[in-house]
Amino acid sequence: MNTTTILECRDVWKIYGAKADSFLTHTPDPQKGDLRKHNLIGAVRRANVQIRKGEIFVIMGLSGSGKSTLVRCLSRLVEPTAGEIFFEGKNLLSMNEAELIHIRRTKMGMVFQQFALLPHLTVLENAAFPLDVQGIDKVTREDRAMEMVELVGLKGRENNYPRELSGGQQQRVGIARSLVVEPDLWFLDEPFSALDPLIRREMQDEFMRLQNMLHKTIVFITHDFDEAIRLADRIAVMKDGEIQQVATPEELVLNPATDYVAEFTRYVSRSKVITAGSVIQPLQDGTFAGTVDHKQLIDDIASQIEGANAPYRVEKDGEVIGQITRQAVIDVLVGRA
Amino acid sequence: MPRWLTSGRVFWLALFAVTWALSTWSFQLYKALDARWIIRFPKKWQLELDGAISGFLIWLVEDAGFYLFSFKDLTRAMAALIEAPYQFLRNLLIEGFSSGYGETAVQLAPSLSWIAIIICIAAIGLYARDWALAALVGCCFLYLAVFGQWHSAMITLASVLIAVPIGAVGGLFLGIAAYRHPWVDMALRPVLDLMQTVPVFAYLVPILILFGFGPVAALVATIIYAMPPMVRITIVALRNVPDEILEAGHMAGCTQRQIMWKILVPSATPTLMVGVNQVIMLSLNMVIIASMIGAGGLGFDVLASLRRLDIGGGIEAGLAIVLMAIALDRASQAFSERKYRVRKSGNLIQRYPLSSTVLFFAIATMILGRLIPAVQTYPEALTLTTGPFWAGAMEWINVNFFDTFEAIKLVILQGLLLPVKKFFTGIPWAWGIIATGLMAARIGGWKLGIMAMLMMGFIAASGLWGKAMVTIYLCGVSVLIATIVGIPLGIWAAERPKAGKVILGLMDTLQTLPSFVYLIPVIMLFRVGDFSAMIAVVLYALAPAVRYAAHGLGDVPEQMIEAGHMAGCTKRQILWRIKLPLATPQLLLGLNQTTMLALSMLVITALVGTRDLGQEVYIALTKANAGKGIVAGLSVAFIAIIADRLVNALARGQRKRLGI
Ligand SMILES: Nc1ncnc2c1ncn2[C@@H]1O[C@H](COP(=O)(O)OP(=O)(O)O)[C@@H](O)[C@H]1O
Ligand SMILES: [Mg+2]
Repeated sequence: MNTTTILECRDVWKIYGAKADSFLTHTPDPQKGDLRKHNLIGAVRRANVQIRKGEIFVIMGLSGSGKSTLVRCLSRLVEPTAGEIFFEGKNLLSMNEAELIHIRRTKMGMVFQQFALLPHLTVLENAAFPLDVQGIDKVTREDRAMEMVELVGLKGRENNYPRELSGGQQQRVGIARSLVVEPDLWFLDEPFSALDPLIRREMQDEFMRLQNMLHKTIVFITHDFDEAIRLADRIAVMKDGEIQQVATPEELVLNPATDYVAEFTRYVSRSKVITAGSVIQPLQDGTFAGTVDHKQLIDDIASQIEGANAPYRVEKDGEVIGQITRQAVIDVLVGRA
Repeated sequence: MPRWLTSGRVFWLALFAVTWALSTWSFQLYKALDARWIIRFPKKWQLELDGAISGFLIWLVEDAGFYLFSFKDLTRAMAALIEAPYQFLRNLLIEGFSSGYGETAVQLAPSLSWIAIIICIAAIGLYARDWALAALVGCCFLYLAVFGQWHSAMITLASVLIAVPIGAVGGLFLGIAAYRHPWVDMALRPVLDLMQTVPVFAYLVPILILFGFGPVAALVATIIYAMPPMVRITIVALRNVPDEILEAGHMAGCTQRQIMWKILVPSATPTLMVGVNQVIMLSLNMVIIASMIGAGGLGFDVLASLRRLDIGGGIEAGLAIVLMAIALDRASQAFSERKYRVRKSGNLIQRYPLSSTVLFFAIATMILGRLIPAVQTYPEALTLTTGPFWAGAMEWINVNFFDTFEAIKLVILQGLLLPVKKFFTGIPWAWGIIATGLMAARIGGWKLGIMAMLMMGFIAASGLWGKAMVTIYLCGVSVLIATIVGIPLGIWAAERPKAGKVILGLMDTLQTLPSFVYLIPVIMLFRVGDFSAMIAVVLYALAPAVRYAAHGLGDVPEQMIEAGHMAGCTKRQILWRIKLPLATPQLLLGLNQTTMLALSMLVITALVGTRDLGQEVYIALTKANAGKGIVAGLSVAFIAIIADRLVNALARGQRKRLGI
């Protein structure tokens, strides 16, 4: 993974309520009680995140925890009350209207929970909309939009209106629209939450397929922990506007930073987040049934190891770093590890 | 204290008792104390606002100027701006285009033939929805031709066609300004409130003074009257565009202007079309009233027939108004419900089949019309008239049922109207102000109380107390009767879906009729007076009572009713114990609407001889006394505003109690 930071936010606050600005200058580090006393809502409180190029960064939390507000601060749809945001090294908050419009037209895309399609435009016109507002001519923009429509698997529906499509199909249009300008940074605010579970699953697969082709930098929001661990490289857990922990799914499960995170991760099926590398034991002499990579999920290798009579070797970058036994796998599966 | 005698009840009982006592004995009190101020507001304290307003208007018209041009130039320019397209439409629909004047005039092109106009309106119906709508609106217009109403109807239509685009576009821009700038919103809000409550006659007078008698003045009045709802609906429609759609626009990199015109306005179009429908209906309503200041057309025909006591002619023209209203309403409503459809491809004719058809018929009938005049203008020999039939029918009714009607009228007059009138007109003005304040404070808090006292004080100080009380009495009685009739109808409609469809359909139609129309049958059956006025007001104001009752009952959650069934309620208990209590906020909103409609109709019933504020406004209109008209109009508006705030406060309290 390339580790250059594409988007960084430092000490970002978003407080709703009367006189929120002056309140924060008087009280630079307000606690929850201070806010409540002044009838203010701390939608985002001192958020620090760094989004690295090419990663899928998931922001996870219950409804009302401030995820949408945070992501809207990152795209400056919402003006933060305090803090700094840097996009590709440039200060996003000091940009004027024209610069901001330029960045959004070329570098950012966003997908919305309720799809946010324009009802008076067809699928193709919706997908072409970001190009339309840039004044690109009809033929060019519809060609480009058509590619996107095909990419998301809606070929043949391009002349339909949004109301004629199912929820899943509408969100595909939303995805096509957000990708048509070939953005570097892709925001998705609970894109699949409004869909039925089966469709949601299908859309997650579709999303992974797209990401494997496109390699975007992604900020993905969800309230569904299973969705988060399926998709995330790293997860930020939010509660009451505060980021509780930023970590890989596995770290979250193994080393929760707060009780809240621990509570959250308790019922996750651990075999879906824990990798072979985390449960290795020192290499012992004897026979081995085979070799697995240290990054493989226990879930994926469990049946293989359980079925064998001997432990497996665990490799990292071609080097053997330990062994994994049947017992260790079973411990993970039944939640003892 | 017995349990039923809560402090609330004591308050209301006491208030009523004192008011009743003062009302009954106010005259004796005045005699005993020899204090005439008790029943008459002292002359020397009277506000002389009407004189000031009239003076101001005269100054405006005669002397006011803005450096380069005078106020008069401004109104002239506005008049010319409206006049030109109006004249064009008249030429297109009625007179045809010609150059030169009088004897030497040369006709360049005839007006659109009646066939072309009917085909055009049917095509609009087809475009907006389907063949059924096309047939409906086509038949409505065919009626106008066959029954000899064509000429007047086209004058009315031309006025509507001018007023609607100006009203709709003007309202849209004002609404957009209010959406974007909070201060515009703040400034517009009280103006809109007033515009909706000031009776129409009241601003006819200043307009008459500024623009002179004639179609332009009528059009200006119509536009002013029809615009406020469009402004309101625009603000609401824009605010109701989902945040996410707006954000999607921002993320696509839209500029401010693109956000407005590519995101907000198109997304809000269905709601905006509801606003346009309102503008159309209000314009039609007002164009008819405005026939009094020179609009001509169907309204004028009705008015003239009524003055001549030509019953048949009045009904015929009235019916034409009704059909036109229905056609315009259904067609414009269909537009707001219209779904986006896949566009057709092909050449120009294939892409625009309807426009091509209309154009074809317009040209074909124009050419044919030169040879066969009947194609151009519906032949007079073929017009039918139902006038004698209606006149006969009315006469028959009057001959056979005169005594019955008189008896009914007498019973209601003596049993209800006169006692209530006596009660209200007896209330001494000073106590009236205090009682209104107490009532308002009790229901809506002290701020509302003070506001109500100030408004009632204004009415008293303008020397209009007595007439205001007549207005309140007539309005109160009418609202009471409308509620007594309307709520059971609403309940019936909610409980029996089949009957409901008929009832609600009927109410829809009643609501599309211009207020003027209600006067026709009432005058014919009951002649002039308070009773006739009341009947017309009840008919006009009935619809919201029925509708809100039906919706209120229909919206009671299914679960509550199931819970009632499981608790073993009978049908009657479910209605009285569950549905009605839960529907009270809706019923109160219906009451509010009924009151507002009743007040607006009451002013128009001045034409059938009531002696209330409406009459005051109407007299001011006939005498072109702007100040008097505006003061009386403001008084009506204040009564409306107090009633509106009171009922809304009641509804709010009720909602809070029910936790919804
Ligand atoms: N425009 C707003 N005005 C006031 N409060 C808001 C506004 N937007 C969000 N909030 C509040 O901020 C908190 C976080 O909201 P949000 O970011 O939408 O949460 P999430 O997306 O995690 O469900 C909530 O308590 C919400 O009520
Ligand atoms: Mg959210």
